[in-house]
Parts: sequence; C-alpha cells; structure tokens
Amino acid sequence: MSKILIRGAKVLGGEPQDVLIDGEVIEAVGTGLDAEGAEVVEAAGKVLLPGLVDLHTHLREPGREDSETVLTGTRAAASGGYTAVFAMANTFPVADTAGVVEQVYRLGQEHGYCDVQPIGAVTVGLEGRKLAELGAMHESAAGVTVFSDDGKCVDDAVMMRRALEYVKAFGGVVAQHAQEPRLTEGAQMNEGIVSAELGLGGWPAVAEESIIARDVLLAEHVGSRVHICHLSTAGSVEIVRWAKSRGIDVTAEVTPHHLLLTDESVRTYNPVYKVNPPLRTERDVHALREALADGTIDIVATDHAPHPHEDKDCEWAAAAMGMVGLETALSVVQETMVETGLLDWAQVADRMSFKPARIGQVGGHGRPVSAGEPANLTLVDTAYRGQVDPAGFASRSRNTPYEGRELPGRVTHTWLRGKATLVDGKLT
Amino acid sequence: MQRHLISAADLTRDDAVHILDTAEEMARVADRPIKKLPTLRGRTIVNLFFEDSTRTRISFEAAEKRLSADVINFSAKGSSVSKGESLKDTAQTLEAMGVDAVVIRHGASGAPYRLANSGWIDAVVVNAGDGTHQHPTQALLDAFTMRRRLVGRDAGIGQDLSGKRITLVGDVLHSRVARSNVDLLHTLGAEVTLVAPPTLVPVGVETWPCEVSYDLDSTLPKSDAVMMLRVQRERMNAAFFPTEREYSRRYGLDGDRMARMPEHAIVMHPGPMVRGMEITAEVADSDRCTVVEQVANGVSIRMAVLYLLLGGNEPAVSHARTTASTEEK
Repeated sequence: MSKILIRGAKVLGGEPQDVLIDGEVIEAVGTGLDAEGAEVVEAAGKVLLPGLVDLHTHLREPGREDSETVLTGTRAAASGGYTAVFAMANTFPVADTAGVVEQVYRLGQEHGYCDVQPIGAVTVGLEGRKLAELGAMHESAAGVTVFSDDGKCVDDAVMMRRALEYVKAFGGVVAQHAQEPRLTEGAQMNEGIVSAELGLGGWPAVAEESIIARDVLLAEHVGSRVHICHLSTAGSVEIVRWAKSRGIDVTAEVTPHHLLLTDESVRTYNPVYKVNPPLRTERDVHALREALADGTIDIVATDHAPHPHEDKDCEWAAAAMGMVGLETALSVVQETMVETGLLDWAQVADRMSFKPARIGQVGGHGRPVSAGEPANLTLVDTAYRGQVDPAGFASRSRNTPYEGRELPGRVTHTWLRGKATLVDGKLT
Repeated sequence: MQRHLISAADLTRDDAVHILDTAEEMARVADRPIKKLPTLRGRTIVNLFFEDSTRTRISFEAAEKRLSADVINFSAKGSSVSKGESLKDTAQTLEAMGVDAVVIRHGASGAPYRLANSGWIDAVVVNAGDGTHQHPTQALLDAFTMRRRLVGRDAGIGQDLSGKRITLVGDVLHSRVARSNVDLLHTLGAEVTLVAPPTLVPVGVETWPCEVSYDLDSTLPKSDAVMMLRVQRERMNAAFFPTEREYSRRYGLDGDRMARMPEHAIVMHPGPMVRGMEITAEVADSDRCTVVEQVANGVSIRMAVLYLLLGGNEPAVSHARTTASTEEK
C-alpha cells in the first residue's frame, strides 16, 4: 500500500502537524514531514481524530435488511468518521449463538468499510429466561466481549446477577438496557408535563433509574463490570456518579440525541422523535452534558436505529422507536459539547474513540495518533456548518430527527488501517 | 379560527364564543319541523372512525345531514385497515374520492394532528376524539350546555363562562374529555377543579390551568357544575383503585352528595354513564343532570363547527338573522 501524508491537521485539536501513513500504520507524526512518494491530503484547519468507535449500533442484518445491512450500515459509519462499530444483538435471528455473531463479523470484514464487532445476546432470543451461550460467542471468530439484550432489559435480578458473574471468566461485560418493564407498559414518551398534555403513555425516569441502581449494586456485590446503555436522565447520572465514587466498576454511554433534543419535540407528534429511552427534559439534557464533560458518563454511543420509512410515516403510537445516528453523531457532539466549551477535541477523542474501544476491548482501535499505531483516523472540517440532508445519507434509512437542522462539522476523510473509506466526504 | 379543529387549546376565547353563538343559531333549526339547512350542499364529509363510538358518530352524522352535506361513514372494523392499511393510505384513498372534510376518531393520541399536518391530505380535519389526548367538540358542547344553564340561552350570546366554578370528577389520566374541557373552560374564563384519586391524575398535571383535589366532598359546595367522567371497571385490575365499591364511596356522585351542591348547580356527564360506579341512578335521572341535553347540544355544536370550517362566509341561517343583523351593526 502506498503512503499518505495528512498535512497540517490539528491532531486532536492541537497544533498543526503532519501525519504520515505507511500501509496500515502511522509511520510518523511531526512537522514538515517529507511528502515524497506519498499522496498528500491537505488538512490545514481540520481536526484529526482517532477513528471513532461506536459501542451501540443496530445494523439490522440478518433479518431486517429493508432498514439496514452490514454494508449500508458500515458505509454510514465510515461517512460519520467511525472505524469500528459494535452491532447490537436484536436481529432476526437474534445474535445469541456463535453462528450468527460470526456471520455478522465476517460481513463487516468482507465489506471493509468499518470493523464490525458483534455484541452477543445475554439471554436466548432476548427473552430473559435462559442464558445464551456467552462463552461460545466469546470463543468464536467474532471474539464477543460485550453482551446485551438491548431493546429489552434484563429485568430479572437473578438473571442479571448470573450474567454479570458468568462473563467474568473471559473478561466480558454486560451492557444493560435499563428499562423496568412493568413501569413502561404502553410507554410512548417521557412521562411529565408534555405527556400529560399530549395524552401519550408515560415512560418515567424512575423506570431507568431503578434498574441502574439495582445493577450497580449487583455489580458491586459480585465484583463485576457493568455498562449502562443510553443513559437518559439526570437521576441516572446521580446514581452512576455515586456508584463510581464508591468504586463500583460501571461505565455509561449517552446518545447524541439525548444531548440535544427534549420531549418538547414530541408536540409535533412526528414519530421521527420517537425513541427508546425517550427524549427527556431540558434539565436532563444539561445533566447529561455535564456528566459527559466530567467523566461520569464515559462515552457517546449512537444507538443508530434504522427503520423503514413506513414505520415512521404514521401515527405516533404505531411508529417504531429509534433514530439513525452514525452520520450525524460527531456534528451533534460538536454542537452540544465542543461549541459550548464543555469538551475540547482531545476529550471528544476520549469519549468517542479511546474509551469506547477500551470498554468494548476491541484491538487496534481507540489508539493514540502516534507512530507505530494502526492508521485508523478521522479528519473533520470543524469550520463547516450546514443543514442535515437525509437524502445524502449512506444509511439505507432516513429516520433522522435533524432533517433541515443546521449542525456544525463534517467528516471529510476516514481511514481504516490506512485504507481510505471516505475521501472529501465521499465513500470509496 | 384555525383551518382544522384538533385541540380545544387551539381555540381563542373569541373563536370559542363564536362557535357557541353559531351553535345557538343551529339549535333553532332543530326546533323547526324541517331540520335542514342547504349550507353544505355538494360538500362531502367522511366520518373516519378507527374506534367504535356510535354516539359520537351519529351526532356528527346528524349534524352533517342537517347541513345537507354528503356523508360517508367509514369504520375501520372490517375495512382495509383491519388488513393492515396505514392511516396515511386510508386517508389518501378517501381524499381521492373528493372528500372536503375528515371527521376522525382514533385510538392513538395525535392521529388527527398527524393527518392535518403531515401533508398527506388537503381536507379539513376535525378531531372526534384521539386516544387520551383531545375531544374538542365534546368540550364545546359541554361549554354550550353550561352557558345555557348557568348564563342563559339568550343572555349567554356573546358571553363566556367567566367566574363559573366547574368541577370534573373521575379518570382524568385516561380522559380526553378532561383535557379538552380544562383547556376550553380556562379559555372561557371558568375556574376548573379536577377531582380524582391520585392514581388517576397524570404526572405533569401541575402545569394545567386548573386546581387538583383528591376530596370530592369539600369541592361540591363550591361548584356551579359537576362533570362526572366515566370510570372503566377494568381500571381496578391495574391497581388504580381497589374496588368498584371503594371508588363509588369516595368519588361517586349520589343523592346525598348532590344535595351539597348549590341549588343552581348542574350535573353533567359526557356519556356513556356507568350507573352505580361514578353516578347513581338517582342523580343520573334527576332534572339537575344534563346528560340528554348534552347529546342534543352536541348536534348543534358539530353543525356550528362544520359550518364554520367548511361553510365559508355565507350566513348559515339566513332568515333567522333578520332580528340579529341589526344588533350586529
């Protein structure tokens, strides 16, 4: 493979530097690097980040290829600056066996746009009754280390305890979708002032917080690590902060949409705002931003959830929950965290690359931008501002809540082990 | 007035009073031997009912026919909807047949809003009840009934409900009638109190323009109208209250409780009543209870709404205006 010289990029937002890629690795980082024999990418003014890592993506394949496939989903990932995504297990069939996770893993490798690290189901069929063969999935070619019934909560306390204990044998982690099922029967949106007016079934904050409280205590009791998916309330932040202060091994993620949008959007009854957990209040949004800034929340994860048009072009109650997010995540983080002064770009790299890679234990990703490291890199034009146009998405689905909204930042280049997957904003 | 009628909250005080006044004109038509006006001749209205509601559907149908509109009744049961057709496709199919207005009843909160605002169709949309959200024509007919009884049929023209104390009792949480009434009564200047067990009051009610009480007995003497909301027996299975008997004891309206209301105060119910649950037969059948009147008023209100949304500028009741027209100047 030939050499690439990224010239004058602000590495992690710092002073302009040149980065020389040779084959799959970064050969050198410095100023005035020799461009001879290298393809030059002029990057003056742009920010160079380690390739982003998403711990929470729904690629829908197998089973719902009408909304997304591994190919379209990884193309969307590359467009958004990602070099690795963790694919959630709620496919058809469910990723609860070595066979399914290996299939998803291999599809990612074949397409070559982004590494796909499958997440295994905790319980068979996500039904919460019987542990899936977690060890077999770990030992498979996919090397699964993250397990989740996402979409459903492992609500049975004993099942959760056993899962937390069992995965310790091979260093796995359970990622919990925290949703007490009885408290959320018929739930359509955040329970509060807006739901009372709109007459939509409430999804109360306590349904998330009570599960998180239980699970951090379980993790403490059995000495396990637990990861909390898409944390969405101010109360959840308080619980995780308390747990961390107590030394409990807990990590947590927040989605871009929970950093930006509130349940006020639901007044339009437009199901593009329907998501699980639901959009919360302004107060929650502020608490989540602060928690991401101070490290209480470790990472940003997209919960990229593609749905076909007809599942959103309907009345609210009939609509599917979820939003696509891979192609807008970095822009939303820039809008909500960088332009507000809450995070600098090095911290964005921490929350969107280093830490998610560490939580998910995926090799070769979330590494420093320095000589000898794998050339997984993302170049961002942070000065750009423009309206979100879903027609330009690489994802098969268009269910974004940001259509027509002006957001900052645009990923112009993505390199996966030295191979460009995105050049000047266009997929290769 | 807005182009559609989706929520009682969309009406200004003047809109609402205008509808009530128009409904009084319409009511006079009902007193004639031939109860028909040519106003909406050639216009087509579809009653698009995704939920069973014979009473509301018949009321709209009577209103439409008295205005000479062509009426299509569409019930989701046994139609293509039960075979999986979407709301969008159903609406577009109907509009393709040249429908001018869609009166929609739907189990999903917000379905009429979506129909009116998604660009699916151009027709005027009238909400005939959506989920636990709104039922604006019910609130209008209730306000109409209150104004007639508490202000006066003729004295009420041009008036709102300023200072009237209205109490709504029952399952507020699941009630679109309660939401619509709180919005409209507040707009019309009334003071609204909701009475319910705490389990049947929504979280978030604190921003509503009304008081909330858990005690019916202390509220009754301060009420000019008491509206009992239907309480479904099944609610006790979800632990909203322990038993039917306990609910009746604490929140039901019986003769003794009715006696604590001021002399002039009326008892209302949107129907259908669950006798023995929220209201006893003694109260339901008393002359202070306006249930049957509400039904009659419903037709006048729906005539007024459809006329104002579809009828354009021509006077609805031309010859009845001869006396009124001078007053307007």
